[in-house]
Amino acid sequence: MATTVALRNLWITRDRAAQATTERAWVRWLLITVAILFLGVFLFLPLAVVFASAFAKGVSVYFAALREPDAMAAIRLTLLAAGIAVPMNLVFGISAAWAVGKFEFVGKSFLVTLIDLPFSVSPVVSGLIYVLLFGLQGLMGPWLVAHDIKIIFAVPGIILATTFVTFPFVARELIPLVQAQGNEEEEAALTLGASGWQTFFRVTLPNIKWGLLYGVILCNARAMGEFGAVSVVSGHIRGRTNTMPLHIEILYNEYQFAPAFAVASLLALLALVTLFVKTAVEWKARQHAEQQEIAGALGARATTALGAKAA
Amino acid sequence: MSIEAKNISKRFGQFVALDNVDLEIPSGELVALLGPSGSGKTTLLRVIAGLEFADSGTVRFDGRDISDRTARERRVGFVFQHYALFRHMTVFENIAFGLKVRPRDTRPSKKQIQEKVHELLKLIQLETLAQRYPSQLSGGQRQRVALARALAVEPSVLLLDEPFGALDAKVRLELRRWLRQLHDEIHITSVFVTHDQEEALEVADRVVVMNQGRIEQVGSPEEVYNHPATPFVYNFLGNVNLFHGRLEGDKAYIHEQKTGEVVYVRPHLLDIGRQPNGGSHFRARIKHINAAGPLVKVEAIAEWGDPVHIEMSQEKFSDLQLSKNESVFVIPKDVKVFSNHKA
Repeated sequence: MATTVALRNLWITRDRAAQATTERAWVRWLLITVAILFLGVFLFLPLAVVFASAFAKGVSVYFAALREPDAMAAIRLTLLAAGIAVPMNLVFGISAAWAVGKFEFVGKSFLVTLIDLPFSVSPVVSGLIYVLLFGLQGLMGPWLVAHDIKIIFAVPGIILATTFVTFPFVARELIPLVQAQGNEEEEAALTLGASGWQTFFRVTLPNIKWGLLYGVILCNARAMGEFGAVSVVSGHIRGRTNTMPLHIEILYNEYQFAPAFAVASLLALLALVTLFVKTAVEWKARQHAEQQEIAGALGARATTALGAKAA
Repeated sequence: MSIEAKNISKRFGQFVALDNVDLEIPSGELVALLGPSGSGKTTLLRVIAGLEFADSGTVRFDGRDISDRTARERRVGFVFQHYALFRHMTVFENIAFGLKVRPRDTRPSKKQIQEKVHELLKLIQLETLAQRYPSQLSGGQRQRVALARALAVEPSVLLLDEPFGALDAKVRLELRRWLRQLHDEIHITSVFVTHDQEEALEVADRVVVMNQGRIEQVGSPEEVYNHPATPFVYNFLGNVNLFHGRLEGDKAYIHEQKTGEVVYVRPHLLDIGRQPNGGSHFRARIKHINAAGPLVKVEAIAEWGDPVHIEMSQEKFSDLQLSKNESVFVIPKDVKVFSNHKA
């Protein structure tokens, strides 16, 4: 009973707060209309166009476009690049967040700035960096040729470029979280005899898991959708070094609109799934926090009552 | 287990946290490290725990040098000011943590762990809350869980960093008495850090008073309170009036200039009378009276213009019938003189 009363009180307080801070009706309607119009023109309309164009020539054309060998190869390559880049950045992101969040060292702010570099550099430049490093005329070109290793215009280059571009996502998500949580729980685990790994897996990781998941989702979306950097290092060899975004561009340039949009619809679908999962994760994390908060407030009250009785 | 810290020094950049500190703690004692913030007390505790490593000096447990051992190897129980409970684990899992992370060959069985945890839950009187999460507990309960978690691994020493610092006044009082009781039952060598002199004097067997990275005095609560070794200790442990004067034989002559010897008198060691009693005395005018509480606190202005604080019992106060702006005689019962210290 106490629970329901407390919860109801909570809602009433919230309602009152809303009333006190609300705007006049016409202001609200104006703002809502502007927001919806904007969303419609810039988000819903393009999305609808993608799917409409994809199915413009019928369902059979749509699926034929996806089953075509070059398209299949592009899908496979995209999955491969993301499948390697995301785990790598996951490991990197956690270690960077761990280092930045839990320790003090010289050059810390420099490292944090460095992590942001891929965000501030144009993707085309990111791609060019690798061409200049590993290309035929590049710094390591002659050595690579001598050892018969191909990086540029081949799969390794695509993976490298993808990894570089998606580098900051996990780290950026985790660093503030880890910093906010501080060191105490880890120190406690240490004094209780836990090893470094035990501390990480049993104490640190459970505390950052929602942030981590969120970072991975964003990282994956970008890895699959990256165009600029990958375009520079790919060489656009059909069936071999084309990722999905590159394949779409080629089809579009050849006026094959329906197949282009069919493949594009897959990427759009990925975006939708990402959004959905992201929302679910956020909702779940928030619910988790709120539940603990409410339970905490009630629990404290109930136990004080108990304590008073006992005393 | 006895603890011995020898010649411990520790700097953080330019800041000297510990300056050649020596401290011996006999086995089974409950010791308070008392000092203002920045006095190095927490750093000393963390150096003993192995959470911080000293720049120089050695730490010994039972005579064994453990200076190079990590916190994990030292087997200390550490209780943090803000509890540091694992927020994603229940009370039960929190307490069981130290047993569950042991290497397989020394790890107790599931049943043994369960028994141990329940035994500890009983000790901290929270048996009914085993399945709660830390966020569902009050501050006092959280700190008790933290203590049980530290005790679960059967540590050789128990170290507590401002264990009651984050609690409100009433819970704090209850919990520190409970800690004293607990220590009387289990007799584990314990060191706790506090900036609250009352807490240190009430709970500890011995008090270590620290200031600016050095130890000012070590002694029983009576010793440090009644026989402070330095002006700092006198000042820090309770309220004090401070006069300047010169010493001739066993008499102190108080004067206006801020020079010469420093004379310390605790407020409750000053008497008020309408007549001089023939001994030492000076004139003062009563400025303010606070009669709330067990003692009446009187603030007066001495004849040379400085404020003087005097405390007396309620009985004495009603006998005297003092009123504001009245001129009276102040008679010191006991004073302490420290020669030529900077005050």
